[in-house]
Amino acid sequence: MNALDYIVLFGVLAGIALYGTWRTRGRRDLTTYLRGPGDTRWFTIGLSVMATQASAVTFLSTPGQGYQDGLGFIQNYFGAPLALIIVAAFFLPVFRRLNVYTAYEYLGRRFDRKTRLLGAALFLIQRGIGAGLTIYAPAIVLSTVFGWSLPLTIVASGLVVTAYTVSGGSEVVSLTQKYQFAVISAGMVVAFFVLLARLPAGLGFGDALKVAGGFHKLHAVDPSFDLTRRYTLWSGLIGGLFLQLSYFGADQSQVQRYLGGASLRESRLGLMFNAVFKIPMQFFILLLGTLVFVFYQFERPPVFFNQAAWQHGAQGESGARLRTLEADFNQAYAEKKRHVEAWLAATHAGDTRTAEAERTAALAANLRTETAHQQTRTVLQATDPRGAGNDADYVFITFILDHLPHGLIGLLVTVFFAATLNSKAAELNALASCTTVDFYRHLFQPAASDQQYVAVSRLFTALWGLVAIAFALSITLAENIIQFANIVGSIFYPVVLGLFLVAFFVRKIGGTAVFWGAVAAQTLVCAIFLLQTTFPVLGVAYLWYNLIGCAACVAFSAILQLFLPPPAAGRPTS
Amino acid sequence: MKSPRLNAPGDQTTEAASAPEAETTGLPGLRTWRSVYALVLGIFLLWVALLAGLTQLSS
Repeated sequence: MNALDYIVLFGVLAGIALYGTWRTRGRRDLTTYLRGPGDTRWFTIGLSVMATQASAVTFLSTPGQGYQDGLGFIQNYFGAPLALIIVAAFFLPVFRRLNVYTAYEYLGRRFDRKTRLLGAALFLIQRGIGAGLTIYAPAIVLSTVFGWSLPLTIVASGLVVTAYTVSGGSEVVSLTQKYQFAVISAGMVVAFFVLLARLPAGLGFGDALKVAGGFHKLHAVDPSFDLTRRYTLWSGLIGGLFLQLSYFGADQSQVQRYLGGASLRESRLGLMFNAVFKIPMQFFILLLGTLVFVFYQFERPPVFFNQAAWQHGAQGESGARLRTLEADFNQAYAEKKRHVEAWLAATHAGDTRTAEAERTAALAANLRTETAHQQTRTVLQATDPRGAGNDADYVFITFILDHLPHGLIGLLVTVFFAATLNSKAAELNALASCTTVDFYRHLFQPAASDQQYVAVSRLFTALWGLVAIAFALSITLAENIIQFANIVGSIFYPVVLGLFLVAFFVRKIGGTAVFWGAVAAQTLVCAIFLLQTTFPVLGVAYLWYNLIGCAACVAFSAILQLFLPPPAAGRPTS
Repeated sequence: MKSPRLNAPGDQTTEAASAPEAETTGLPGLRTWRSVYALVLGIFLLWVALLAGLTQLSS
């Protein structure tokens, strides 16, 4: 990065944060602080919902997924449109009619106090971990690539977002998200066209897709019903539906975004905006990663994209082994490039037999490059388990740094930080709202003034910001970041969703049954996860946890209710 | 689309969401929310079909 890049980075981020803080200064009443001014239109809600889900992980890690595995990850999002329709039709009208600040208030009204607190506590655990990850994810990658201090990057980005969220609450979150998302969209579209322009002369978009398809990178839909495969049509539709339903319907960081709509219509249209554009957006980002893969068929990539980790390893005892693997990789790459060029030439000449033979040879050479890459990763992990995880997260940033002009590098790094800030701000706002409304006001101070509640909300926002920074400073990951985020969600989300599904759809189950049913279901999901971690041979892909946890919560609650007195007809007051 | 009945009669957490369903969408050609949801579902199915077609073509 040069001076121009730093000017773009700090200018854009500071400008948006300061503008948002100035526009929302002096908010004193609780409703405005936690839900916004109440005049938010559907487009702002739609962008806010989308921006909350699309953290830096989305823009940094998803292209790496596209590079590594092609378009198959898109199936993870197949449940989103269905989930959003269900939330808009069933959840949203009830939340708005009851005029709740948090989704868990509804659980208290429908069941009892302990169920409300359980739902809120599960949210705080899950989202508290997620908030740390939101800061950690871009910080680890960007600090490694640029040689910045990791703790300083985490602390600086964490403090900026905490400061403006404390100042303006929900309103500043929505406002800044709108501008940050505009910067993100512009940055990704520019990156896409620059990438197309950087492909070799004579290689059009159609040829690029042909190359990607030849390496099986365009396999977007896998209809097989195999529980051990992470991404299939069915895991996406069924497991993904439950994951996305939990996220959009039972996660306060999302519920808070759409509860701020000027009317039910505005909130619903905001959700439908996401239902229509979520899959195209993810497709676009994955396609970008796939095209980066095509680009690196003609431009030699590093054997390991986390080059800082590779150089660190090469200077140690494993240096000779790593250099041998690099030589193997380079040789296989040169062969692959020759075969890819011959394959395209034969295709253009209409010689299908030669084209197929060259493609087969390119695939064989590609397998050798992947073997060398995998062995390099194994050597590096043995040397430094913390430093050398999955290097897919470094693919896109490596492409940006090596092949984009200055100014654009600054814009793309701004994209990653803007995405961090906008999802992190929504998380902090939701964590503080839940702590204030579901714990502080509900349990300790039910009759304080609005000013006191706002002051307490600000304090909790700051505290959660510090917790997230502390957590981010202490974690280390072997998984690809976006997969880790989804695994954490799949462990805690489904039981909360189970609570809401019982609340909405099963009238005869009361608070005590659903509370203990949820505790048992959460124990079951944790046990399955721990068993699978210990004995990977069990092999249940994590998206299925969403179905298992939710179904177990509903089933256990129904069974327990058989042995308990029927719930009272009146409305609980908690 | 029928909204859920939630709890005991008269309880405000239990009322069917008939009023929200009746609220106008304000969208040209889509007067009911049911038609909006149907359109969104149709767009989703179109995407899945296109992606399945892409998978088939590249195999």
